Amino acid sequence: MIEQLSWKVGGQQGEGIESTGEIFSTALNRLGYYLYGYRHFSSRIKGGHTNNKIRVSTKPVRAVADDLDILVAFDQETIDFNFHELRDGGIVIADAKFNPVIPEGKGVALYAVPFTDIATQLGNPLMKNMVAIGATSAVLDLDAAVFESVVVDTFGRKGAQVVEKNMEAIRAGAQYMKEQLDGSTKTMKLAKADGKRRMFMIGNDAIALGAIAGGARFMAAYPITPASEIMEYLIKKLPDFGGAVIQTEDEIAACTMAIGANYAGVRAFTASAGPGLSLMAEAIGLAGMTETPLVVVDTQRGGPSTGLPTKQEQSDLLAMIYGTHGEIPKIVMAPSTVEEAFYDMAEAFNLAEEYQCPVIFLSDLQLSLGKQTVEPLDYDRIEIRRGKLMNGELPPLPDKDNFKRYEVTPDGVSPRVLPGTKYGIHHVTGVEHAETGRPSETAANRRAQMEKRMRKLEHIHFPTPVHKQLRHEEPDLLLVGFLSTRGAIEEAMERLEQDGVKVNHAHIRLLHPFPVDDVRPLVEKAKRVVVVEQNATGQLANLLKMNVGHADKIASVLKFDGNPFLPGDVYTKCKELLAQWPPLKISAMM
Amino acid sequence: MATFKDFRNDVKPNWCPGCGDFSVQAAIQRAAANLGLEPHELAVISGIGCSGRISGYIHSYGFHGTHGRVLPLAQGVKMANRDLTVIAAGGDGDGFAIGMGHTVHAIRRNIDITYIVMDNQIYGLTKGQTSPRSAAGFQTKSTPHGSIEPALSPLEIALSAGATFVAQGFSSDLKELTSLIEEGVKHKGFALINVFSPCVTYNKVNTYEWFKERLIKVSDIEGYDPSDREMAMQTVMKYDGLVTGIIYQNKEQKSYQELVPGYSEAPLAEAELKMSKEKFAELVAEFM
Ligand SMILES: Cc1ncc(C[n+]2csc(CCOP(=O)(O)OP(=O)(O)O)c2C)c(N)n1
Ligand code: SF4
Ligand SMILES: [Mg+2]
Repeated sequence: MIEQLSWKVGGQQGEGIESTGEIFSTALNRLGYYLYGYRHFSSRIKGGHTNNKIRVSTKPVRAVADDLDILVAFDQETIDFNFHELRDGGIVIADAKFNPVIPEGKGVALYAVPFTDIATQLGNPLMKNMVAIGATSAVLDLDAAVFESVVVDTFGRKGAQVVEKNMEAIRAGAQYMKEQLDGSTKTMKLAKADGKRRMFMIGNDAIALGAIAGGARFMAAYPITPASEIMEYLIKKLPDFGGAVIQTEDEIAACTMAIGANYAGVRAFTASAGPGLSLMAEAIGLAGMTETPLVVVDTQRGGPSTGLPTKQEQSDLLAMIYGTHGEIPKIVMAPSTVEEAFYDMAEAFNLAEEYQCPVIFLSDLQLSLGKQTVEPLDYDRIEIRRGKLMNGELPPLPDKDNFKRYEVTPDGVSPRVLPGTKYGIHHVTGVEHAETGRPSETAANRRAQMEKRMRKLEHIHFPTPVHKQLRHEEPDLLLVGFLSTRGAIEEAMERLEQDGVKVNHAHIRLLHPFPVDDVRPLVEKAKRVVVVEQNATGQLANLLKMNVGHADKIASVLKFDGNPFLPGDVYTKCKELLAQWPPLKISAMM
Repeated sequence: MATFKDFRNDVKPNWCPGCGDFSVQAAIQRAAANLGLEPHELAVISGIGCSGRISGYIHSYGFHGTHGRVLPLAQGVKMANRDLTVIAAGGDGDGFAIGMGHTVHAIRRNIDITYIVMDNQIYGLTKGQTSPRSAAGFQTKSTPHGSIEPALSPLEIALSAGATFVAQGFSSDLKELTSLIEEGVKHKGFALINVFSPCVTYNKVNTYEWFKERLIKVSDIEGYDPSDREMAMQTVMKYDGLVTGIIYQNKEQKSYQELVPGYSEAPLAEAELKMSKEKFAELVAEFM
């Protein structure tokens, strides 16, 4: 009996690798297992190696597994590319069609199963994926019937016959494999799951759902990996809410359109990745200067330029905090789980309206595209708060006076009226302006308005700016990260603890304004701090040093090769750093 | 009912005396009053340039955005509140250089707004550089030996991009300009109105006199039919774009808003933001 399984399927892009992983993992999710999937893919539609690595567990999992128990291969390249991940005792199930071979000298068993031949005999070679799923189920000692509901959902609209054919392929694969295994010890029987039906989604699904739950009714966006799913979900669902999505001509238009819509009173947003965010920089400044609420999602991917468009990275951080000319109030937030992505996205719209400023909602490719089991989302936690938005009738203004949209107030936030409101007329401009919105360049006005804008975020109320796991009063090590590295850090922390290292963990969810008061005591109490992040220059580490000091005890573990951090990466690099502390070089690169 | 004076405010424009943009301002104010609008029902969205200042000189809602992005801003406003009358306005550099991508796509998209370009064939605010509307050979600070690139023809571009309303006016003819703006606002879809609005300070070639000698009204062309796109295109080419009036109008084509599936009949800004518990459960179930 095993509590956890690491399974990977690989082959050529466009060959149905995705649906193999999808059907397999959805079925296991429905049995109550916790799943965590990560896809390796490239920027092309057909051809090129792709794989889907899926972790199955009886307990929640948030990281890609270090190794592999089962590799399902549709071509030799899959074996060559992934073999090193297999653990001793692992198995390869490969299509007999390509005469698979595995390197010698590792305790890995190879089973050649005629995926394609069996599928062809059943009438459609495309069903080789189903045969592979069947073969896997035999190893796991799972009844083929567990896949039935998913097969019905996937092929149901093509008719009962297609469903039955696919089920037949699964059964045939299972049967063939069973005969091969022949009661040998190679089966990996999974411990029973709790049978609870949970959501199974990618981070972008949670972001999109969170946006609608948070009241977003208009979206303008331009397609890009890994953000497009957000727009696609809203295109499907917003008509149910009277809303609309416009696919614009570029990201400048997308961001500016969202600003126009927010100005006129709709909760509107855009979503993109680094290249799009670079184009939006000027518009984000306009939102800051005009105090227009705005939510922008940045699903980070490998940069710079086109970089690694389908790979994991966290290198936009400082650009998102500082990437606008001039100085504006801005909120930069980063959920650490898919559940948080949902709640935080809904909350982003509240913050944007309460503080009347742009909110950058950071994600990264691993969080956005990794598909995982999600704990139930709580409807009652969603609030709609619109800050100082005036509704109802306004009193008449003295002869043609403007409404004081930029009134200097103690908290810096001014009352806001929407165009169309009687007696609310005012001007909005990106030029420095007085309380009425009219341009003004006097030094006194500049100071008053600049201070007013910057004052807004001095006392920002952000529910949980830091996710903390504090086990020790005075830890040997504080691990710090943001976004999708949470799972890998948590698992590394357990292993370090087993080695006797006292570890605390802080995952930063509010990057700007930086939660100094929350983070400083954690850094002060720790003997050493290691910041784990997916970029080459240690952006979060630098932000930490800038905000809380203690540069002499802060080191980095960095990974920027396009692949997510594995728990083992974090563990090994931390051990290395601890062994030669103070580190000569303050970064350990993967 | 509001008169054009109700659309005036007490801000003194910082335009040079004699600038063509004064007439555009007056024409918008008159058209708004003639259309029976109240100041709070109008939103003037403008770009950056001398022309872009216009939203600050009209007593209505106004948003002065970034250079070249007036159309995305204005389209966003209209999508959020379809009951507002939205007029976008900017310069020829704003709309046909830095913002040209948006111009073509706003034309195609056909959201129900009116776009007025104050075309002075030059960059006014930055003190006299060439614009995409400057003719070949035109000498400016940035083209001391004369512009090498030919002027682009906004009317031809609009017609080929699928425009449903294309008009052209002249600052000296306030009456015609006012009526073009009224027709543009009444048009159900995107209305482009290019206005010859002379820059008296930096453009010593395309002056009021220059235009007066050359412009003809399409209404004076015998048999001119603004619903005939081919005729519109031929006429624009024949007169090198120096025509005024409604050049083309397609009254049949539905606006973008009318075609978006599920789009709220009431202003989206008034939509209920809280999702019902039932709907939430339904959406969640799709991920199980
Ligand atoms: C992104 C950006 N680039 C450049 C400028 C500088 N700029 C301001 S207005 C303008 C051109 C103005 O020409 P036009 O749009 O024709 O307006 P006009 O002043 O002639 O009315 C330029 C280049 C700017 N404000 N923003
Ligand atoms: S510089 Fe030209 S465009 Fe600008 S205000 Fe003066 S006359 Fe008008
Ligand atoms: Mg100009």
